[in-house]
Amino acid sequence: MFFRISLYVSLIVFIFGLIFKVSQWFIRPVGISAEGFTSWGRFCAFVRGVIGVFFSARLFTLVKAFILDVILQWRILKEDWLRWVMHMLIYCGFMLLVLMHALGEIITASVFSYYYSTLNPFFFLRDLFGLMVILGIGIAVFRRYILKIPRFRSNKMDLYGVLLIALIIISGIVLEGMKITSYSDFTRMVEDYSFLEEEEDLTALESVWVKEFGLVSPNVSGPFDRDTVERGMENHEMNCMGCHSSPKWAFTGYVSAKIIGPVALFLDVAGVPGVLYYIHILACFIGLALIPFTKMFHIISTPISLLANSVMDKETSLPENIATRQVMELDACVHCGTCSRFCSAIMGYEAKDNPYILPSEKMVLLKDLSKGKKLGKEVLRAVQEGVYLCTNCDRCTVVCPAGINLKDLWMNVREGIIQEGEPEPLMLSPLSLARGLNREALPADEYLLPLDRARKALAGSFDLLNEPEKIISLPDGGSDYSPGPEIVDNTYSYCFECRNCTNVCPVVDNYENPQEVLGLLPHQIMRCLGLGLYQMASGPNMLWECVTCYQCQEHCPQQVKVADILYDLKNTAVRNMMDNS
Amino acid sequence: MKYAFFIGCQIPARVPHYESSTRAVLEKLDLELVDERQFNCCGYPMRDSDPKAFLLSSVRNLALAERLDLPMLIMCKCCFGSLKKAESLMNEDGKLQDEIREKLGEEGLAYEGKTRINHLLSVLYHDIGLETLRSRVSRPYKDLKIAVHYGCHILRPSSITQFDDPVAPTIFDKLVEITGAKSVDWDRKLECCGSHAMGIKDDLALSLTVKKLDSGMEGGADYLCTGCPYCQIQFDNVQEMILSGNGERKSIGSIIYPQLLGLSMDIEPGILGINMNRIDINDIRSYLSEA
Repeated sequence: MFFRISLYVSLIVFIFGLIFKVSQWFIRPVGISAEGFTSWGRFCAFVRGVIGVFFSARLFTLVKAFILDVILQWRILKEDWLRWVMHMLIYCGFMLLVLMHALGEIITASVFSYYYSTLNPFFFLRDLFGLMVILGIGIAVFRRYILKIPRFRSNKMDLYGVLLIALIIISGIVLEGMKITSYSDFTRMVEDYSFLEEEEDLTALESVWVKEFGLVSPNVSGPFDRDTVERGMENHEMNCMGCHSSPKWAFTGYVSAKIIGPVALFLDVAGVPGVLYYIHILACFIGLALIPFTKMFHIISTPISLLANSVMDKETSLPENIATRQVMELDACVHCGTCSRFCSAIMGYEAKDNPYILPSEKMVLLKDLSKGKKLGKEVLRAVQEGVYLCTNCDRCTVVCPAGINLKDLWMNVREGIIQEGEPEPLMLSPLSLARGLNREALPADEYLLPLDRARKALAGSFDLLNEPEKIISLPDGGSDYSPGPEIVDNTYSYCFECRNCTNVCPVVDNYENPQEVLGLLPHQIMRCLGLGLYQMASGPNMLWECVTCYQCQEHCPQQVKVADILYDLKNTAVRNMMDNS
Repeated sequence: MKYAFFIGCQIPARVPHYESSTRAVLEKLDLELVDERQFNCCGYPMRDSDPKAFLLSSVRNLALAERLDLPMLIMCKCCFGSLKKAESLMNEDGKLQDEIREKLGEEGLAYEGKTRINHLLSVLYHDIGLETLRSRVSRPYKDLKIAVHYGCHILRPSSITQFDDPVAPTIFDKLVEITGAKSVDWDRKLECCGSHAMGIKDDLALSLTVKKLDSGMEGGADYLCTGCPYCQIQFDNVQEMILSGNGERKSIGSIIYPQLLGLSMDIEPGILGINMNRIDINDIRSYLSEA
């Protein structure tokens, strides 16, 4: 009764959870690419896409991806053999346990007519599969919590996943050990299955089970005389052996039986095996029910991601399907950290201590964002920096074992965040190259807007410059503002205003009225610094238009490090903007 | 000869034929490349906003190469310039430098400044030598005129990059000329390609790129030749964007140096990724003499 009710409840939760999660793939938007599609439209596009694949040569690609990436998990092996071993142990061990042990009466019994859970090879295999999972879990814990892999972060979800599987397997093994030692189980089975009636026969059988098979009896204890053992063995062969292999074959359970041996009688009387049975069954059912809501959902979503990405690309796939795929990909991420291990921008993370620069951590947050969770201002600021501090090298996409097309995801999410968020100074750096090359994907005004906002937020004031008749009054103490540690170079003081830097500058040369566009020209910036007007020097648009060609610095007769100083001033401006916001 | 191969970020994502052609050419020249997958961004795109992120990124690569005990071979001129800049900054003492050393120490890395930082062009010129290269050119070009584009960050600041004479450089020209091609004089040879402004202030970037392309054509060049992914993207991908907005405009193809050299060494055009350029450069093969 208990078994059935909890099974059905967990199955119902699992099925509804699954329907809910999958439906979200068609409902939720990620970034800007999902704008303008209805859920129905996305669903229809999905059906069309699937039909399109099944009736084309791409079917072969799909089959190949299924064998290589889903079954053999080639993408994991390519990056990390230890992780592949871990995953294979857990995945094969667990799947085989589900098929042979949990569904033994249904599946195994229908395939093997002689199936008996207490008979070899099934008896032994169950423990072998359990051991595989335990070994896998051991490697997982070792990798996540003992081995110090730089920037490999674990969160609560990772821990829950490991704990739940460990609980299922360990409770099973200990339960098996208790059953081996259990005197009440032994007497029940003797009553149910043996034809023995004489007291002496029963004692002899009991003695053999105590001596050989781990039973803990309140009545008999060794050493046993040879006659009793021989008689008991005979009884065992006649009554037990036909349906029950030696418990030693259930080696993990047998080991646990030996460990709990000294307290086994007490546990048996106290009914602990019964309690453990419920724990084991409940852990399994809770695990089943939670699949759609935990990391374990990846057993469904990750194969789908691998298959979808093997046959989809930005150019030929329907945009509705790209939008749907990107939501699904958030579920397919298992937080394995491979992307962060090979991310090109990792030192940005180390320098800024912002976890959202790491792709694996961005994924965690994007999941929350797509669920419509409201994030605090500070977290949003960090996420924005995280999605922008990316060199677009696409390595994360190349290495992702779940086949997630992270580069498309970043491009899409980034745009949504910077359109809405605070001004982003990183936009005024070569990190914007990929966005520039993709500008045709965006409406012109949306493309320019966040760039203009960043420029505005970083701009200083040039009132003094606009009123030439006014005499520039120098601030007290020689400077209007602390330059901060960024201005490391003071060669500006050698400047004698020959204007070579401005004359060779290709940016200045590009404009008819450069001062209007650039605010201050290179030689004016050097002069500002000489006068101690740091704030003014770190404000002109010149800094953000500088193409860092170093012509100015190369041609300075006074060896003023003009271009390096412009870099320093940019750093100062960014720091001040961030401090003020 | 063995080098730690620094691929950077732009090449694998946007100019993979630069990598494949470099590998093909260097293999023929019996030069061994060691791939270090832990290499990260050179720091160049972070230098505008955060000096620590820049320096840390840069120096970690130098420390990784130092651990391999190999000189570096870099294809990108911006990566090259950044790593050279970081090297010179690390020669100074300071709080930032101490922080960098400490951070790297957490990963078991150490920086002592032993790594030799080379661009592909300097390896070809200094380590392999023009004579050897010339002897490997089996199909020299005839009547091919090339506008050599040096690229800013390898030339300047010359006190740091120490690649060639910043005002009258010759190394790249000589490397082009051993293939039989003629390096033409052109006005904007040493100017910026415009890349740094691309994505930030596109009008400026496009204007600088157009000036470069026009200057190359005015100089009588059949093709531009580059040795940097940023410049190549500007002359190839961005030129394609410019052309799509202006059907009247004349185009000029841009070939990456190892592609140019590889063809003259009779390496398969497919391996050199000749068809991966956005602006078709297949016609350059018509200048090759018979093997």
